[in-house]
Amino acid sequence: MKAVSKFLANRVVKSALVLLMIALFNFFLVRAAPGDPAEILAGQSGAVDAEFIEKLRQEFGLDKPIPVQLGHYLKNVATFDLGYSYRQQASVSSLILQHLPATLLLTLSAFAFALLAGISLGTQAALRVGKWGDTVITTLSMLAYATPLFWVGLMLVLLFSVNLEWLPAFGYESVGADLTGMARMADVAKHLLLPALTLGMFYMAVYARLTRASILEISQLDFVKTARAKGLSERTVIVRHVLRNALLPVITYAGIQAGGLIGGSLLVETVFAWPGIGRLAFDALVQRDYSVLLGVFFVASLIVVVVNIVTDILYTVADPRIELK
Amino acid sequence: MNAFIQSFCRNKGGIIGLIVLGLVTLMAITAGWIFPDSPWDIVNGPFMPPLSDGALLGTDTLGRDIATGIAYGSRVTLLLAAVSTVVSILVGITVGALAGFYGGRVDQAIVGFIELFQTIPSFFLAVVLVAILTPNMATVIFAIAVVSWPPLARLVRAEFMSLKNREFVQAAMLAGQSNIRIILTQILPNSLSPVIVSGSLMIASAILLESALSFLGLGDPNAITWGYIIGMSRSVLRDAWWMSVFPGVAILVTVLSLNLIGEALNDALNPKLARRRATQ
Amino acid sequence: MSADQNSVLLDIRDLSVTAAHGGPTVVQGVSYTVNRNEIMCVVGESGSGKSVTAHAIMGLLPDDQLSITQGKILYGGRDLVGLSATDWYGLRGKSFGMVFQEPMTALNPIMRVGRQVDEVLERHTTLSASARKQRVLELFEQVLLPDPAAMIDAFPFQLSGGQRQRVVIAMALALEPDVLIADEPTTALDVTTQAQILGLIKDIQRRMGIGVIFITHDFGVVADIADRIVVMRKGAVVEAGAAQDILNRPQHPYTRQLIAAVPHKPEGKEEAGAAPALMVVDKLCKTFATGGRRVDALRDISLEIRQGETLGLVGESGSGKSTLGRTLIGLISPDSGSVRMEGQELVGMKPRDFRPYRRQIQMVFQDPYASLNPRHRVIEAVAQGPIAFGISRKTALRDARELLELVGLGGDAGDRYPHQFSGGQRQRVGIARALALKPRLLVADEAVSALDVSIQAQVLDLLKTVSGQFDLSVLFITHDLRVAAQICDRIAVMRQGQLVELERAATIFYHPQHEYTRRLIESVPGKAWNKPDLEALSDPSRSKQYA
Repeated sequence: MKAVSKFLANRVVKSALVLLMIALFNFFLVRAAPGDPAEILAGQSGAVDAEFIEKLRQEFGLDKPIPVQLGHYLKNVATFDLGYSYRQQASVSSLILQHLPATLLLTLSAFAFALLAGISLGTQAALRVGKWGDTVITTLSMLAYATPLFWVGLMLVLLFSVNLEWLPAFGYESVGADLTGMARMADVAKHLLLPALTLGMFYMAVYARLTRASILEISQLDFVKTARAKGLSERTVIVRHVLRNALLPVITYAGIQAGGLIGGSLLVETVFAWPGIGRLAFDALVQRDYSVLLGVFFVASLIVVVVNIVTDILYTVADPRIELK
Repeated sequence: MNAFIQSFCRNKGGIIGLIVLGLVTLMAITAGWIFPDSPWDIVNGPFMPPLSDGALLGTDTLGRDIATGIAYGSRVTLLLAAVSTVVSILVGITVGALAGFYGGRVDQAIVGFIELFQTIPSFFLAVVLVAILTPNMATVIFAIAVVSWPPLARLVRAEFMSLKNREFVQAAMLAGQSNIRIILTQILPNSLSPVIVSGSLMIASAILLESALSFLGLGDPNAITWGYIIGMSRSVLRDAWWMSVFPGVAILVTVLSLNLIGEALNDALNPKLARRRATQ
Repeated sequence: MSADQNSVLLDIRDLSVTAAHGGPTVVQGVSYTVNRNEIMCVVGESGSGKSVTAHAIMGLLPDDQLSITQGKILYGGRDLVGLSATDWYGLRGKSFGMVFQEPMTALNPIMRVGRQVDEVLERHTTLSASARKQRVLELFEQVLLPDPAAMIDAFPFQLSGGQRQRVVIAMALALEPDVLIADEPTTALDVTTQAQILGLIKDIQRRMGIGVIFITHDFGVVADIADRIVVMRKGAVVEAGAAQDILNRPQHPYTRQLIAAVPHKPEGKEEAGAAPALMVVDKLCKTFATGGRRVDALRDISLEIRQGETLGLVGESGSGKSTLGRTLIGLISPDSGSVRMEGQELVGMKPRDFRPYRRQIQMVFQDPYASLNPRHRVIEAVAQGPIAFGISRKTALRDARELLELVGLGGDAGDRYPHQFSGGQRQRVGIARALALKPRLLVADEAVSALDVSIQAQVLDLLKTVSGQFDLSVLFITHDLRVAAQICDRIAVMRQGQLVELERAATIFYHPQHEYTRRLIESVPGKAWNKPDLEALSDPSRSKQYA
């Protein structure tokens, strides 16, 4: 247990440094951009008058020297004050918290789908290497891997919502339906299906290819020969010896992909009007509400940091050779 | 060299990829002759379906020709992807080589830097960069390059670290060769195989990244790209399906061909791994 | 059962194995038998097909790469060729056990070793879990593993190479099979560990009456344990018979060539007067700290290398011999101590001052496949040193060609790339490269360890010739005392960073003083065998074709 807490302490410190870097990046980016920082922070939607901008300038201390501004900004970030959206008349933090659950639901569903489907398909392909089944799975993976995320979403909507009218095209739940309990869950699930599928498809291909390659590589190693020499059936050899070792790199990789999933949610939520932080970021983008955009960026990085720590712990549990450092 | 070409040609996917990429590049180069009008020109009535008079793939909301848009779009997309990839590779190789060869504190600092980049969700970073620095060709190239160099640097670093301890490098040190000479003539040529494979895949990612940015409206406002057309098609999905389908197919086909080429390159340059991967 | 204890267990008839996709024939018409209660050694160099045949017996050929095209393998009245998968599941582990070469990769890295042995029992018996655990404990005791109860829950990475090999042996013998196939099981182990494992296998074989197929390239090992011998070369059986016959009265020219090339005990060299010292090493120390663990690689090493002598540096893994070699050559800087060459102190010298001394000390590396840049022509590799020291390119290339001629790679060999040469030829290039800078001291770091025995003899011969011709001192680093005995004047024995004994080669062999040296000598396989004096055999130096 002591090793775990030491490890956690170590990682928390490292992560804090990362977040500090991101905060600094946000700070300097706004000031490096062409134009007046105050206007950028106010949201260049043109509807803000000069008085507001002056007030903003004073509040942010934009007329004070840079180090003072920096200190002020960092203090705010540490207390989770990520600014204020004049467009939406709400604090950035509250906006993010409001939209976060929807994103978590989407990304977790997509991740679960990608992982389960990817690993099974990859395993099936490896077991039938060189044969017809392998070629089919590998080709489909290549297609899924080459397809732009946002386009797949649109195509699925075109097929399932517009043409076949099986599934809803937009939103989180049916508007005005006022459902509760199981009926509500079913409704949300219907709305969740296409977005989760879209977001997960690319990563499913990634995991399928990785699993397949990993299994084929592990199968060549000496200890697999030893297992066979013991008289174990091929099935036992694959499941008990090969798979467990082959999945280790997949776990590592899955952790690394967390950033990609969050980034992908920006696109998917936009296409499907899913009310998550990705959608929030897109609207902020269109409305030039940069405080919100940068705030979402910061929170997204925070999520990735947490996921990385969790993945590291999971990996040390799975692989007894690795010690927590 | 001959062995490499032979091995590459044995890979059917690679050949298909090359042909398709060649066609796309050809389209980009000859766009001006085949489609003399600018893609911004209104040539016909709006919302005309494909195979109508004078509009092979249909027209958009304002009557602009989709086929022309796709042809000219290929130029922008290929150019942006290629340039940003080249920049990424140059940065990645330099950083990775220094970290891998010199090790120690230089390496630790660089690795920390790379890890920082890999923690930040890369697409988000690209969006933020382009949005705040105002969208144009230069910022798009910059954003894509910034986001793409870390994995390559990691790769090059790993190669350098392993090659540095290889006996022929030690022999070169014993022979009295200078460090720079060793890096450039001994280690670098032997570490290029994975870089070449990566290069192909990096161009593919760059295309996906660029079209996603254009889709969100973050592309250069003076350039029509495939992503841009798809972005515009969102609001009229029901009425003009051709606006979203065809540019998407163009992206898919181009990216797929690059991936196939990448795979074929990998099989040709790493024969041992390829033999293990599949028997066909 | 008949009273004949040596009834035939396994009868291989005319076996042929071919590589896939119209590749070469790897095993051609091989026939031999294995009897009950005997150890049968299959000897051969790389490419002989000895290992492929063994895999074929167990049905473990990778079927996308190799397949049996002809022949029968008869066991218990059945032909094992073409046996169904289910039938194999019943035979493997129960009637056949196999031990492979690489102990470091032979076990599933994330499964406890006790469980891995338990799997065999679970698969083939109906014993309860606790009964199986008992049996595993017994097995671990039989193979002399320390603390069997704790060992059961250990993971492979916590065990040494020798310990892992014992686990694999336990696995193979768990159900007291008829046949044990051991494919070079001790090649990757230290010489003292090897002696223990060989003793273990001999002991178990005698007790259980198993038929053992023992594959090796080392005639010393063969001399120690074989009852019968089969000699293989390039996929065919060349000679077979009783051990005593083959070892002492080999008939086939290839067998004779092999035995002649086997490194053996030193002849007594005349006691030459002690030459002046070329390099004096005094109290050299080096400690490595990797990831929190400290390793004392060199502890107060003091010795001297005399002019014109070949000094052997012998030790097992972890002895520090390689570290010492690399320190003397300047690739590693020591923590403390002194290295003087012709009165000049080399430790702590600035790189620029050290440069002229760099030419004086050169190295020949171990791995023929990694020691040459695959993208440079061989002549470039040889000339790169002189060019870096200012010699004109034209002169350097001309000298390089002469050097390559000297080591037996004349003509246009210099214009070819490394992959076009064999391992032995690449080592020759390595020697030419080292000689190019006209050094006074040559450090050979396990320079012949990766070569086949017959090639080894040729390269050793070359080293001997070259060191005499150029009045070179050679520091010959090796883990194999027998090889050192071939060309070394004096031998230094190292153990865990310390210099244990330094004497003339003959003295080390016949009158070892230190307890560790004695243990080393005792572990050398084939001590009891006196190599026959074969006059009419092919003298390696007479052969025109260098492999």
